Amino acid sequence: MSSLLRLATAGSVDDGKSTLVGRLLYDTKSVLADQLDAVTRASVDRGLSTPDLSLLVDGLRSEREQGITIDVAYRYFATPKRSFVLADTPGHVQYTRNTVTGASTSQLAILLVDARKGVIEQTRRHAAVLALLGVPRLVLAVNKIDLVDYDEETFAVIAKEFTDHATSLGYAPGSVLSIPVSALVGDNVVDRSDRTPWYEGPTLLDHLENVPAAPDPHDAAFRFPVQYVIRPRTPEYPDYRGYAGQVAAGTVRRGDQVVVLPAGLRTTVERIDTADGVLDEAAAGVSVTLLLADDFDISRGDVISAAADAPVPTDELAATVAWLSEKPLKAGARVLVKHGTRTVQAFVEELSSRFDEQKLSTVDAPGSLELNEIGQVRIRTAEPLPVDDYAVNRRTGSFLVIDAGDGATLAAGLVGAPLPVLRADRDVVSPGP
Amino acid sequence: MTTLEIPATDAATDNLAALESEAIHIFREVAGEFDRPVILFSGGKDSTLLLHLAIKAFWPAPVPFPLLHVDTGHNFDEVIAFRDQVVEKHGLRLIVANVQDWIDDGRLAERPDGTRNPLQTQPLLDTITEHKFDAVFGGGRRDEERARAKERIFSLRNAFGQWDPRRQRPELWNLYNGRHRPGEHVRVFPLSNWTEADVWNYIARENVELPSIYYAHRRKVYRRDGMWLTEGPWGGPRDGEEVKDLTVRYRTVGDGSCTGAVESDAGTVQDVIAEVLASRLTERGATRADDRLSEAAMEDRKREGYF
Repeated sequence: MSSLLRLATAGSVDDGKSTLVGRLLYDTKSVLADQLDAVTRASVDRGLSTPDLSLLVDGLRSEREQGITIDVAYRYFATPKRSFVLADTPGHVQYTRNTVTGASTSQLAILLVDARKGVIEQTRRHAAVLALLGVPRLVLAVNKIDLVDYDEETFAVIAKEFTDHATSLGYAPGSVLSIPVSALVGDNVVDRSDRTPWYEGPTLLDHLENVPAAPDPHDAAFRFPVQYVIRPRTPEYPDYRGYAGQVAAGTVRRGDQVVVLPAGLRTTVERIDTADGVLDEAAAGVSVTLLLADDFDISRGDVISAAADAPVPTDELAATVAWLSEKPLKAGARVLVKHGTRTVQAFVEELSSRFDEQKLSTVDAPGSLELNEIGQVRIRTAEPLPVDDYAVNRRTGSFLVIDAGDGATLAAGLVGAPLPVLRADRDVVSPGP
Repeated sequence: MTTLEIPATDAATDNLAALESEAIHIFREVAGEFDRPVILFSGGKDSTLLLHLAIKAFWPAPVPFPLLHVDTGHNFDEVIAFRDQVVEKHGLRLIVANVQDWIDDGRLAERPDGTRNPLQTQPLLDTITEHKFDAVFGGGRRDEERARAKERIFSLRNAFGQWDPRRQRPELWNLYNGRHRPGEHVRVFPLSNWTEADVWNYIARENVELPSIYYAHRRKVYRRDGMWLTEGPWGGPRDGEEVKDLTVRYRTVGDGSCTGAVESDAGTVQDVIAEVLASRLTERGATRADDRLSEAAMEDRKREGYF
């Protein structure tokens, strides 16, 4: 079992996300005395009689003033079984881009709903974003179950509606779990509640500790974006020329046949170096330096790839973008695209369709994409990029769209044929009763 | 449930290896994308770790950046000696911005409370401007403080060095966006995802040498604002502040006027790890007076251009 689980939270404003995260930290005793003192003091200042656990995570002045979460915050906690990196993302509509940020690296997402309100538009939108970004597993925390008198029927209706929705987005039923919780009181977060005897599943923490982490794509084809060329030119290493980078997919072994893209040069991996010594092999996620048999001119931005299974570089990207900027996207826009370690000029040729998260359908040929909208685009790049499908690999199938003028990150880009959730010809499943 | 216990298994080793690979990746991204990066280096444990990772990232070539230390003039002698020794050993270039120089020529005024920690911001920003640094590495970790938990790994600062939490760029996958306009710079935090326990476990694993004051030693200290402060040019002890001879160590190392020692017998890395895991106080809560100034002290300083 993997020792580390990366997860994200999502949900609407006032569903109690910050309280849930505060509760997880508090009940796993990951909050230290001085942090709790600070929260207790601040709660008393606000006239509260019990510590407001959301103050543990709402770290910004304006967040505490407004009682909402504005920006994604990263939290760290550990149990004897596992370490967790939690991206606590805001639910406010104008901050959906932070949900995209949190979800891009997560292996699991916890979506919150208020048991009194059930599945709402924002829940559907968040689930669609999580599906789009390929987050492998979902947990629906049906929060404030204490405010519906721990009613089994209420929970069952919400759980069914959500599971149906998630299934229609492409999730297998086994990758979705609903749990009745009260973040405020602590029911079923870390400790099992005796007020929900009808619930037989795990507590939230049990589930997080035991759920399989998504496997790294070790069996995928080898991909290695060159970050930096290491040339010491010192008396000790006069001719050393190493290609530094992090294995983005697959595994590389000494003696492997590789091809350098986009030039298409073929050679062999002679050595895999690290500061701690030479390795026989390196798998996805590991930072190494490769020495190759031939002395080619290779630089930052090139991709060293398995010779037997290399992508075909293309200057025509069919992709999905999640638009993250207030400045709308229109066809004809000139932008920069960053894929791996290469940044190239690009031109948005066409907005093919826009996804309607509420109706779970697509709208053809929209005039523009606005903040937080998701759509299909065709992008022409000034130089060919060796991309993979996002559905096959999150690392080599993703890219950033960047404003060439001010450098702002405009969009999250996902390469390839539309995911099932966005396909216009898919069977639209009614999202529930 | 004891939760701060990091299991001594392959799992913990894997976790450190993943954090190391991530930090090395970040160093190399900056080397590839920026013209004039610099590493903030104080000789404290986080910046020493930062330098250790930088050396690994570019081995066998030298680290392609200089170091910058903003020296408040209130530093511990042991730490300054350690700083100079490390620079010498690795053949690095060190730039020192002395806060005293800014006070002497009137660009800064000494504060009534004598603390110089908040005075570091202007010398830092002036030096960044003077050297046209476009990327500045810092050892900040998101587990340190609530406002830091909001910080991106690549954090764009405007021409005044200011952080605007509402205008942060989304940070997606491991694709870092380092674009910036002239005058702007990017703060880079390779240790963002490390916790204090990770830092100490890694220091143990890699045998990273630290200034001696991180380990238990005898020291004459006096009590102020609930902390054990040491004698020094920052003014103390004052009348009524009784000096005691105690066995102490430091959990963080910063300006002597606001960095307190903790009573401790932890004389080795393993002792320190055991102590950190058992502590019910965060390192900043235990020993940093500057974070106690207000509920949003760290955020306010970051907005002004501090780390």
